[in-house]
Amino acid sequence: MRLMVNGKDTHMPEGINIFELLERLEIKVREVGLAVAVNGEIVPKSRYKEYILKDGDSVEIVNIVGGG
Amino acid sequence: MTDYERLLEEDYLEIAGRRFRSRLIIGSGKFKSFQENKEVLEASGAEIITVAVRRVNITDRSKENLLDYIDPNKYQILPNTAGCYTAEEAIKTAMLAREATGINWIKLEVIGDQKTLLPDMEETLKAAKFLVKEGFVVLPYIFDDPIYAKKFEDVGCAAVMPLAAPIGSGLGMQNPYNLIFIKEAVSVPVIVDAGIGSAADIPPVMELGIDAILTNTALAEAKDPIRMAVAMKYAVIAGRLSYLAGRMPKRTYAVPSSPLKGVPFKT
Repeated sequence: MRLMVNGKDTHMPEGINIFELLERLEIKVREVGLAVAVNGEIVPKSRYKEYILKDGDSVEIVNIVGGG
Repeated sequence: MTDYERLLEEDYLEIAGRRFRSRLIIGSGKFKSFQENKEVLEASGAEIITVAVRRVNITDRSKENLLDYIDPNKYQILPNTAGCYTAEEAIKTAMLAREATGINWIKLEVIGDQKTLLPDMEETLKAAKFLVKEGFVVLPYIFDDPIYAKKFEDVGCAAVMPLAAPIGSGLGMQNPYNLIFIKEAVSVPVIVDAGIGSAADIPPVMELGIDAILTNTALAEAKDPIRMAVAMKYAVIAGRLSYLAGRMPKRTYAVPSSPLKGVPFKT
């Protein structure tokens, strides 16, 4: 299926959850410093394993960086 | 305890019920490394540090994370909404920041124009209203407009953060009168955010009675950021003590400091 991940068109296996997506992208799930939103809605970390992504979903994965 | 610590013992900065000894808030942008940022933070004595929320680079992931260097239990992390141009973007970014940090404080920034980076006050106010209702501690970056400053206080912002000059300009305070008006208009802390160019720019602002200073570029772009951090630490203290001490009146003509009577050799 196709997902928009941080604005990039990405191919991923059908039916994966957020936790699996992060694993495939080699992004460490950190309790502090990471957040995920699907189609504009924030998904709490406790739901990463149960949240199944659908074809066409838009996923934002953010972290904390330096800023003023 | 040093002399100034004794003088400032009961003089703390209070934001949303949290007390801070330091009146200097620093940013974490544009430093050479996380390590340098950490050293600057320690040297500055600041207890609050701003951070930004950005997309993870999915093709080039750095294993290091800013929060590995700055302990959120020791410092108040203040995520920002920098780069947002509408209330909606800023609200979504604030929500992501809260999820990512577990912190409900937000430096609300809604920019109106890329060239000046001046705030869009209408959009900022709209976002502030919403975020306060959502339980955020909102610290908005605003223009030095006393009328708007009051509106931000009225919707429940925990502080107001007027600029001294445009972000990253290093021009120093451009309009002390508006800052005085803002200080008179609101009872929440007034934090001057943006425009500080060096430690020397800080005391004139603090002498107005402004509650705190937020600076980033002046530290990151100093030839020696750690020395500048120490200079700023003392500049904030000097300005604050000078304000509390109360300055003498300004006069057009000279007034002698020594007695007029008893000058030797006078006939």
